[in-house]
Amino acid sequence: MIRRFLRSREAVLSGAILLLIALIALRFPAFVAPQNLANVFNDTSPLMILAIGQMIVILTKCIDLSVAANLALTGMVVSLLNIAAPDLPLVFTVLLALSLGALLGMVNGVLVWKLNIPPIVVTLGTMTIYRGIIFLISEGKWVNAHEMSPAFKALPRQIFLGFPMLSWFALVVIVIAVVVMNRTTLGRAFFAVGGNPHAAVYTGLNVGRTQFWAFTISGALAGLTGYLWVSRYAVAYVDIAGGFELDVVAACVIGGISIAGGIGSVGGAVLGALFLGVIKNALPVINISPFWQLAISGAAIIIAVALNSRANKTRGRIILKRKEAEA
Amino acid sequence: MQPQPSAAAVTAVLSLDGVIKDFPGVRALSSVSLSLYPGQVTALVGENGAGKSTVVKILTGIYQPDGGAILVDGAPVQFANAQAAAAHGITAIHQETVLFDELTVAENIFLGHAPKGRFGLIDTAAMIAKSRAILTEIEAPIDPTTRLRDLSIASKHLVAIARALSIDARVVIMDEPTAALSHKEINELYDLVDKLKAQGKAILFISHKFDEIFRIADRFAVFRDGQFVGDGHIADVTQDDLVQMMVGRSVDQIFPKRISAIGKEALKVVGYDHPTEFADISFTLHKGEILGFYGLIGAGRSEVMQALYGITKPSKGAVRIDGDVRIIRSPADAVAHGIVYVPEDRGKQGAITALPIFQNVTLPSLHRTSRHGFLRLAEEFALAREYTARLNLRAASLETAVGNLSGGNQQKVVIAKWLATQPKVIILDEPTKGIDIGSKAAVHEFMAELAAQGLAVIMVSSEIPEVLGMSDRVIVMREGRIVDELKRDEMTPEMLVRRAAGIGDTE
Repeated sequence: MIRRFLRSREAVLSGAILLLIALIALRFPAFVAPQNLANVFNDTSPLMILAIGQMIVILTKCIDLSVAANLALTGMVVSLLNIAAPDLPLVFTVLLALSLGALLGMVNGVLVWKLNIPPIVVTLGTMTIYRGIIFLISEGKWVNAHEMSPAFKALPRQIFLGFPMLSWFALVVIVIAVVVMNRTTLGRAFFAVGGNPHAAVYTGLNVGRTQFWAFTISGALAGLTGYLWVSRYAVAYVDIAGGFELDVVAACVIGGISIAGGIGSVGGAVLGALFLGVIKNALPVINISPFWQLAISGAAIIIAVALNSRANKTRGRIILKRKEAEA
Repeated sequence: MQPQPSAAAVTAVLSLDGVIKDFPGVRALSSVSLSLYPGQVTALVGENGAGKSTVVKILTGIYQPDGGAILVDGAPVQFANAQAAAAHGITAIHQETVLFDELTVAENIFLGHAPKGRFGLIDTAAMIAKSRAILTEIEAPIDPTTRLRDLSIASKHLVAIARALSIDARVVIMDEPTAALSHKEINELYDLVDKLKAQGKAILFISHKFDEIFRIADRFAVFRDGQFVGDGHIADVTQDDLVQMMVGRSVDQIFPKRISAIGKEALKVVGYDHPTEFADISFTLHKGEILGFYGLIGAGRSEVMQALYGITKPSKGAVRIDGDVRIIRSPADAVAHGIVYVPEDRGKQGAITALPIFQNVTLPSLHRTSRHGFLRLAEEFALAREYTARLNLRAASLETAVGNLSGGNQQKVVIAKWLATQPKVIILDEPTKGIDIGSKAAVHEFMAELAAQGLAVIMVSSEIPEVLGMSDRVIVMREGRIVDELKRDEMTPEMLVRRAAGIGDTE
């Protein structure tokens, strides 16, 4: 059990993150203070939540480029709703964000499932459409902090058992995702459909419908993140989280999720996101310019992909019986 | 040693002399000889698995022989690759033409040897003009500037022939060129073959259809199980002679002794129709019975099975399973009603290699090992353990990824997966295609065992010994229809071949 974990991607990635943190600590010891690490985790929470959704989509051989636009649109809708009805209980706001996000995800899912349009094309299209809708409903104007109700803004920052609610949202999503992916028939279907779509069809799985559910989950998580994002930064406008979908895909790739589908884990997505989060938070404090940040994230992605493709290479056919028994 | 043709004065343009080709565990060709003469059409005849495709691949430089010689104009040559064969003027037109859909007709004809203009750039005008000239020569009404994807299959064949002429081919190999053509298009192809003959090209014509062999061939060569059986002039033989040569003596293969205890009706298919693939398919299958489906490739056998399994939709017809009428709209329906299908391409359609063994085995049975969508891992492991044990699967752990297993064990995982669904009917599509003799025997053994346990088995097979050795009954299909149904004691190899090829269809 332990040996298998040590050989897994998650272990390698954990090691890389620890090494990174150790290197940073050499120059800036305060970085490893527990409070600061908790802050890094909190800061990375939106990325982790989105990366989990994206991981599921990528697992089924698809990609969702519309997550950031979905986040921005849902964020704008809940912000406008908050202006209109400031006393609406937050539970409804959160549920609305989840369901609106899920609905936007379903649009992607239906187009992929029923019309057989390649996912990259579908989500590029809806990405632009969702951004356009934000402009239409907000008339291009910002929703600023003073327009939002105090409770609306406070939720992500509220401390519960020593951690902000934003972190708790991420933790709950991680736990639910682990259960869904490992202990439900739907989770199993995601792996099977991406691993070998032909075999999945013959097994009686509906490939399109499984992909539809992947997009729906990714959309719901994007919607949830939409509320968390606008309330945390206390602002909503057309371009929030612009380009963030690429960070999300990057987190998945670094986390060992195979772009070809069928291989990946919740742990990988979370660690991939944390890796990017550590870089993003650490480089400014050790005085490295933001431009280097981009280059370093980029290099991390390429290194991760190179390592993964080496790990996924088949080690030749197993002909020796003894070796097979050991595998 | 050299097979002396009766027209000894003419040297063969291209010949094989004692060629051997081995694949791991199988000898695909053992010492075969074949000669092609200018201005003559040689028909290559043989059952599936006789080695015809391997011969084509050797002649076109895709495979290299492990022994024997290839002779061009009587002189030994070696084809290191496909280009080397093409340089000797050998060209092949395949069943599904290997051309480029997105390029124009002219670009397809001249790909790789386009006329060059100034600065080494392609001279498009010259290319189109030359293409037009060649297409006119073969009387093909095709505009060289159309994109290939807009052409019919017959027209694509013509483009392939034009390409052969553009490289000044001396030998044209046609691998079942009429398989996808309409009646009218076939006649046009015959005219074209006559024209190529008149130009002195040597033609190797591979076909399953006896009428067309006797229509266009001058000579024949018969292969059986990778061995050369005989050749000669087509005028000297009858259809029955060829069938006799193709089938030959019974092959030394041992099949498990079976005492068939045929039980009640398990499956009844009535009047299955499909707009394009098959028509009027009706048959009954009983518990404990192995029902063989024999026919030429493309006779529509797999298509019927895929419709039965809910992958494609028949336009008409009904299915009864254990006496109850069932509607099958998807593979999930089929599995739920007790039909499972082990497809021909097990690599692609079988296992999910990234997942562990137990997850592969339980994948179609998850509804039994889960409650309200939540998996019960203990039940899953128990189910996987039970069925992998039944198949003597050897692996360190059920959590091993299937991709890490050997081919034979992967196949066991796939079969365990289907048995775990506790099916009533199991459809095996070409169950022993491409596996070695030892594994074949194991598969046959296993099929016999399934039938003995009361399972109803459908076996789609193109191998006559297997059909004869395993089936209690055989349904012969030709061109999308059932042409005959034979009981075990009334079938002979000759009969199967004749019915499948449509020889002597008088009544």
